Amino acid sequence: MADNRADNIFEVSDLRVDVADMTRKPLFGPAPRLEILKGISFTIPRGAVLGIVGGSGSGKTTLGRTMVRLAEPSGGRMLFDGHDIAHLSDAAMRPLRPRIQMIFQDPLSSLNPRLTVGRTVAAPLNARANDPRVGEALEHVGLPANFARRYPHELSGGQRQRVGIARAIAMRPEFILADEIVSGLDVSSQAQVLMLLEKLVAELGLTLAFISHDLSVIRRLCSRVIVLRSGEIVEDAATVDLFERPQHAYTRELLDAIPTPDPSVRW
Amino acid sequence: MSGFLEIRGLSARLAGTGQRLLRSVDISLPAGSVRGLVGESGAGKSMIGKAVLGVLPKAVEVIEGEILLDGQDLQKVSPAERRRLIGAKAALIPQDPLTALNPSRRIGPQITDRLVDILGWTKARAATRALEVLAEVSIPEPERIMRLYPHELSGGMRQRILIASAFAAEPKLIVADEPTTALDVTVQKQILKLISELQARHGTALLFVTHDLGVVSKVCDTLSVLYAGKVVEDTTVERFFAAPQHGYSSALLAATPRHTDPSSSLKPVPREVLDAVAAEVAASDAAWRPSGGARG
Repeated sequence: MADNRADNIFEVSDLRVDVADMTRKPLFGPAPRLEILKGISFTIPRGAVLGIVGGSGSGKTTLGRTMVRLAEPSGGRMLFDGHDIAHLSDAAMRPLRPRIQMIFQDPLSSLNPRLTVGRTVAAPLNARANDPRVGEALEHVGLPANFARRYPHELSGGQRQRVGIARAIAMRPEFILADEIVSGLDVSSQAQVLMLLEKLVAELGLTLAFISHDLSVIRRLCSRVIVLRSGEIVEDAATVDLFERPQHAYTRELLDAIPTPDPSVRW
Repeated sequence: MSGFLEIRGLSARLAGTGQRLLRSVDISLPAGSVRGLVGESGAGKSMIGKAVLGVLPKAVEVIEGEILLDGQDLQKVSPAERRRLIGAKAALIPQDPLTALNPSRRIGPQITDRLVDILGWTKARAATRALEVLAEVSIPEPERIMRLYPHELSGGMRQRILIASAFAAEPKLIVADEPTTALDVTVQKQILKLISELQARHGTALLFVTHDLGVVSKVCDTLSVLYAGKVVEDTTVERFFAAPQHGYSSALLAATPRHTDPSSSLKPVPREVLDAVAAEVAASDAAWRPSGGARG
């Protein structure tokens, strides 16, 4: 790279997160700690699309929330574009925030029902709904400009998820974290949203981390995949290798469990 | 040939706006067989399941059509009689195991209540039966589990309990409404296998509501593809996956991701296909006359 930006947008090493296990807290004294992430290391090169896969409770959402610093790790280093953001204060994190955006799982609960689409997209820009950047973001996600005046309940699930994407890209971020963003959608809307993301990554030069429990949606989109189980990375491989030659038994189990639309292969 | 469940020409609409939700739906389900109801959100697949179980929302009114359960027309009996009939012969496996269980009550009574209230069993008999079915769905230490609250169990365990509860009264028909959408893939596989096993062992007829064609290919014998409350294709699983007949069905199948195929591309249902199927629905609406004369 010719400029002075780091080649790897994220460098995570030995990342640990633990929480107080309140179900086992004694009457007096502190609750025991429960480890959610047990020393995770990986890197995301600029412009890559990383898939983060695992079953429920594997820690994939906790990992995502820690990467965008909605949660603070209890140990390890986490470099974003060369800055260690693992323990930055809210104030010190603030200048980096516009560069890191997130798209949430459930668009209905992550969009304010009382704000129009235009105001929702404009909010993080501290702009008005008629700001040209709002229209531009909506155009990028394939929504007509007049959608800016609509409310979330007037939209379909796929359209709502597009609004979530528009809100994230309006900030012109370098990195976007997408947490299970297609799991609530029909197959057809799923395909539309995934194709849109693929296009935006190429057009806007984004780096993307894509969290999913469904390996079948990852194959097309991601260049690299990490597989999490109980807070540890069990496999970190290029997407093709992961699907063709899965190394870990858990990865094979995940692949075998996908219901392929083929009645000749019964379970 | 008539099935255990026969739905004939069922049409329903929203009471307020008159918007049609089901359009002359015909479904036949022989005893012991499994039919998938597939379609995108809003296609009416859950609505059919609700109609069969007699739990349609108040805002939905049936305009015409028959629902025959074991030969008896559910539309022609009193609400109390309908409740008794359905309670004795049919059961539901719901989508979300957390909202389907009462968080403030122990597991045991949530399974036995229905057996006592609707079938008139004694509490002791219901409790014995509950232990039996919990063991049948491979729940370890059923006596202990019966005393727990829902939050103390994992999602997969909760779904097993709802399956046990559905099979407890030995119903002849079970409606499964997206029973695995809330679960991750490995647990989904276990749960689907369990449902198939129990269904085969007890010879239960199963109406399986899902949006996942992959799941349909694993558990169903026949399927109905729905669009805007209309059955656009009614076929067997073998024929459907070999060569879907309707344009909308093939587009839906093409949109289903296949991880085994490296060249697989993502294909949303194309605009032309949606326009074509919408036109078909509109044409059949224009030709349709309500037999009951409900509309002037």
